[in-house]
Amino acid sequence: MKGLFMKGVRHGIPIALGYLSVSFTFGMKAVGDGLTWLQALLISMTNVTSAGQFAGLPLMLAQASLIEAALTQLIINLRYALMSLSLSQRLDKSMTTPHRMAFSFCNTDEIFAVASSQPEKVGKWYLYGLMSTPWLGWALGTFLGAVAGQLLPEFLRTALGIAIYGMFLAIILPPARKEHPVRIVVLIAVALSLLLRYTPVLNQISSGFAIIICAVVASTIGAILFPLKEGES
Amino acid sequence: MSWSAYFPYLIVMAGVTYLVRMLPLTVFRKEIKSVFIRSFLHYVPYAVLGAMTFPDVLYSTGSLWTALAGLVVAVVMAWRGRSLLTVAIGACLAVAAAQGVMLLL
Repeated sequence: MKGLFMKGVRHGIPIALGYLSVSFTFGMKAVGDGLTWLQALLISMTNVTSAGQFAGLPLMLAQASLIEAALTQLIINLRYALMSLSLSQRLDKSMTTPHRMAFSFCNTDEIFAVASSQPEKVGKWYLYGLMSTPWLGWALGTFLGAVAGQLLPEFLRTALGIAIYGMFLAIILPPARKEHPVRIVVLIAVALSLLLRYTPVLNQISSGFAIIICAVVASTIGAILFPLKEGES
Repeated sequence: MSWSAYFPYLIVMAGVTYLVRMLPLTVFRKEIKSVFIRSFLHYVPYAVLGAMTFPDVLYSTGSLWTALAGLVVAVVMAWRGRSLLTVAIGACLAVAAAQGVMLLL
C-alpha cells in the first residue's frame, strides 16, 4: 500500500512547510531561554504540539510544579481529545488498536484537519504517510532554529517571533467570522486574558493557570449560551 | 538547563499530551452524548488560542509598533481565510517591513 503511504506523505508537505517556521521559532526561543539544542529537539520530537510546547517552556525554565505543567498541557491540549474523538469515527478497519495508539501521537490540529477532510474513511498507510512529513518538518525546524537561529540577522529573528501568533489567528479567525458563538467565546477569552495580565494581584497568576482559567470560563459560558445542536461537531 | 531538572518536565509534557490524544482515539469509540461537554470541548481550542495570542502577540517582536504592524496584517489575512503558512509569513514580512520603516525614521 505504498501508494496510500505516498499520498499521505504528499498531503503532509504543506503542513511540514508551515511547521518549519513555527518550530524554527520554538528552537530559537528554547535555546535563547536556556535549553540545549538536544533538549529543544527532544521536546519537539516527543510533544509535537505548538501551543503546548510554547506554554510549557517557561514553566519548565521557572521550575514550576509538575502538576501545573501537567494541567497546562491537559487544558491547552484538551482540544486534541475532541479531534481524536471525532477522527475515531472516520478510521477504516485497518486502524486496529496498536495503530490507533501509534498514530494518535501525531494527531495535531493540521493533520487532523487534513485527515478529516478526506472523502472516505482513512487507514493506517495513509495516516502514517500523513504524519511523517509534518513530524520531520517539526523536528527539523526545531533543530535548525536551535543551532542556527542565532546566525539569522537580528531583524529576521524578531520578525519570526510573530509567526506562531499568525498561525493561531489563521486557525481562530475564519470560524470566528462565520460562527457568532465562536466569536463571542474568543472575545471573552481575550478579555479575560487581558484582565489577568494587566490587573494588579491577578497578574501574579502564572501564565499556565491564566490560560486554563480563560479557556475554562470562556468555553463554559459558550457551552451554556450556545449549546451545539444535533449533528454539529 | 540540567538534564536531571529537564527530564521530569519532558516526560510529564509528552505523557499528558500523548494520553489526551491517544485515549479518545483508542478507548472511547462511541460518540459523546452530553451536549454540554460536546459544546464545551468545541469551544476550548478557540478560547485557548485567543487567550494565548492576546496580549502576548504584542510583545512577540520586542517593539509594540512592529508587533502591531504584524498583528494587523495577520488579522486581515486570517479574516480572509488565508492558509496558516501564508498568514504566518505575511505577519513576519509585515514586522520586517515595519522594522525597516522604523530604521529610516
